[in-house]
Amino acid sequence: MSDGPILDVEKLRIEVRTDAGPGPVLVDDISFSLQKGQVLGLIGESGAGKSTIGMAVLGYTRANCYITGGRLLFQGRDIRTMSADERRALRGPGVAYIAQSAAASFNPAHTLMDQICEIPVQLGLMSQAQARARAIELFGELDLPNPAGFGDRYPHQVSGGQLQRAMAAMAMAARPAVLIFDEPTTALDVTTQVEVLASFRKLIREAGTAAIYITHDLAVVAQIADDIMVLRHGKMIEYGRADDILQNPQQDYTKRLVAERAEGHGGGQTHTQTPLLEIRHVTASYTGLAKVIDDVSLAISPGDTLAVVGESGSGKSTLARVVMGLLTREQGDVRFAGDSLPARLNDRTREQLRRVQMIYQSPDVALNPNQTLLQIIGRPVQFYFGRNRAAVRARVLELLKMMDLPADFIDRKPAALSGGQKQRVGIARALAAEPDLIICDEVTSALDQLVGEEILRLLKRLQDELGIAYMFITHDLGVVRRIANKVAVMRHGVVVAAGDTKTVFAPPMHPYTELLLSSVPEMRADWLDDVLAGRG
Amino acid sequence: MLRLVLQRLGFGGLTILAASVLIFVGTELLPGDLASAILQNTATPENLAEMRAQLGLDRPAPVRYIEWISHAAQGDLGVSLSNQRPVADELAPRLRNSFFLAGFAALVSVPLAVFLGLMAAIYQNSYYDRAVNFFTLMTISIPEYLVGYLLVKYFSVRWQIFPSLANVTSETGFLERIDLTFLPMLTLVLVVVAHMMRMTRASVLNIMASPYIEMAFLKGLTKARVVVRHAFPNALAPIIAVIALNLAYLVVGVVVVESVFVYPGLGQLLVDAVSKHDVPLVQACGLIFSCVFILLNLTADILGIISNPRLRRPR
Repeated sequence: MSDGPILDVEKLRIEVRTDAGPGPVLVDDISFSLQKGQVLGLIGESGAGKSTIGMAVLGYTRANCYITGGRLLFQGRDIRTMSADERRALRGPGVAYIAQSAAASFNPAHTLMDQICEIPVQLGLMSQAQARARAIELFGELDLPNPAGFGDRYPHQVSGGQLQRAMAAMAMAARPAVLIFDEPTTALDVTTQVEVLASFRKLIREAGTAAIYITHDLAVVAQIADDIMVLRHGKMIEYGRADDILQNPQQDYTKRLVAERAEGHGGGQTHTQTPLLEIRHVTASYTGLAKVIDDVSLAISPGDTLAVVGESGSGKSTLARVVMGLLTREQGDVRFAGDSLPARLNDRTREQLRRVQMIYQSPDVALNPNQTLLQIIGRPVQFYFGRNRAAVRARVLELLKMMDLPADFIDRKPAALSGGQKQRVGIARALAAEPDLIICDEVTSALDQLVGEEILRLLKRLQDELGIAYMFITHDLGVVRRIANKVAVMRHGVVVAAGDTKTVFAPPMHPYTELLLSSVPEMRADWLDDVLAGRG
Repeated sequence: MLRLVLQRLGFGGLTILAASVLIFVGTELLPGDLASAILQNTATPENLAEMRAQLGLDRPAPVRYIEWISHAAQGDLGVSLSNQRPVADELAPRLRNSFFLAGFAALVSVPLAVFLGLMAAIYQNSYYDRAVNFFTLMTISIPEYLVGYLLVKYFSVRWQIFPSLANVTSETGFLERIDLTFLPMLTLVLVVVAHMMRMTRASVLNIMASPYIEMAFLKGLTKARVVVRHAFPNALAPIIAVIALNLAYLVVGVVVVESVFVYPGLGQLLVDAVSKHDVPLVQACGLIFSCVFILLNLTADILGIISNPRLRRPR
């Protein structure tokens, strides 16, 4: 084999074509090359065409998508001109794929070992026993517990981080020349992400595999990539050495991406008035199961932003449900403006309901797709204030304006809006009730980085103008430091640290707070090394 | 998982009891009763009352129900009115015949339907797929007696390959039995295969939209392997449920096919019993039919639970 690039992509173009005619161009004029052992990071927001490029390298396009231009040379052979059988033979030993959600990408009906050994055995590269031995070796390299027995489990029997590593083992089983990582750590908690990232890096460095690492998180890719390509709307924005992109971005879009993490809005001052919301020794569980939150006490003053942080399963969303009354508390008290709130939603007065509103993680699920924005936002206006139709419409227009949404959106349905616009509608609906407190449940985690940033700015502006207090539930510590003046760190249903953001996030810290903080990827290439070195 | 299975078994038992109540109430509501059925034209108010007392019919219905169901549970289904023989003896050969035909049809139709369905899923929207869909839709749409007579016309009358009458007796040997029941079996297969085949195809195609199927393709597997090994095991539960429904139909819903081929099965017996007002026999047939139905669905439920690895192997 020559010393040329393993993968050479030239002027790649991918389009949607349906029976109705040509659709949008997903990927346009993309060129890059990959040498043995080299890692290319593909960066961009959703819809930038990252995954489409990654799959094209496998000779695969989703339904109605077609490669309409350019060349995809794998070891000198053009993937585009291969027959279907040749393309299939390419997958596995040539190019292998690691998907975003291992939980969805493993077949629930078979053991991990069966799925990992499948390709090498099917292709006749290894016997079943050899493939097993190889898998166990890979489990060891990926730092999975009990490598010899790990493969006999079913996908639902292992944790998310372990499953993601098992997926890497599956991809590596046939010793591919190129690995495609498609957002492999996005679905994981920050502390798990560090471990998985370190395993991946060790794996590809030791095997000398070339890789394409797809992610929306520049700080993550900085740890693993030699080169970085920034994509937007299917087009290349910037392409170069990772260090150059991070330290000296040329394009405006890249500059904004790099700046996002570094930017700080300041925590704001601490409010010392009587608390608006007081959570006192609250305990709650879902029927018959162990306590999901245990003896939690927190307070929010008017104009405060209290961030409740923790990993998935820490009980932070449950706490929100208890405050809202969606889940009945078992012990303790929730006091609002000095009065005890009834534990059950049905026992609360309309006024009590009005003063606490909620914004949800996924606006796609939280907005009724069959209603217009007038109906969605107008409903609380009409319900709480009983205004006539003209007044409701006027109020909705006013709220749209506050959200920086065009007035003619009022008769549209959510499907016609982008993700960020839908989340603004969710905020407008909460504001329509003129609440004193808004509970924000992971409101930016379903959004792209820069879009989420705009939402945070909007929330901050509304707080300055209207004096609303926020209870901000999030797993993203970067968000916390920027917008919250108070923070509560939760783990296994218990508040391990709480207080002013500056105090909680400054030494001396609770060990778990420190672990969380140190797990947030930083925009420098040696961050992962430092973290791993720090943990020994 | 054991808890789930036991729960299903418990519900199954309750359903059988509920069905028995319905059967009993249903026959109670019929005009006339056992006494008037026995006496028929000779009934006078006096001997009717006497007969009722003799049969215990003057006692309240709940008492008689408990007596009937507890005897039935011990295998005593009462005495047939038409010939004074125990109902159980009357039923046994018919039940065997019905199960034989149903089993024969199931052995052919279930593998055939699953195979056709999987092939249709693999070659989705191909000419093969369309042809199979069209043909099975056609056979399910034509009334079964017509299918039966058409088969008789060609296979027995014109080509003389198989007999047109399936008049088996207890002395009929196994191979002869197969030969005699071939056409009724074929009729039943044509009627039930479409439903099961279409469900197999639809369930598998539904699973084909899952991320793990895309992953299987990205791993470089062939379509046939993806369908059979990755999609089919996850599509089992709905397929099993539909198979159970069709098996139940093969046992309890084949009266028309039995009459076309003069096959001495349970369906014929039930029709005869109804026309002769043979109440104990009708009740016994009803009880057996509901048991078959419930047991098959129960089996499907339990197999569905077992086919789910999340329930079979908890964390």
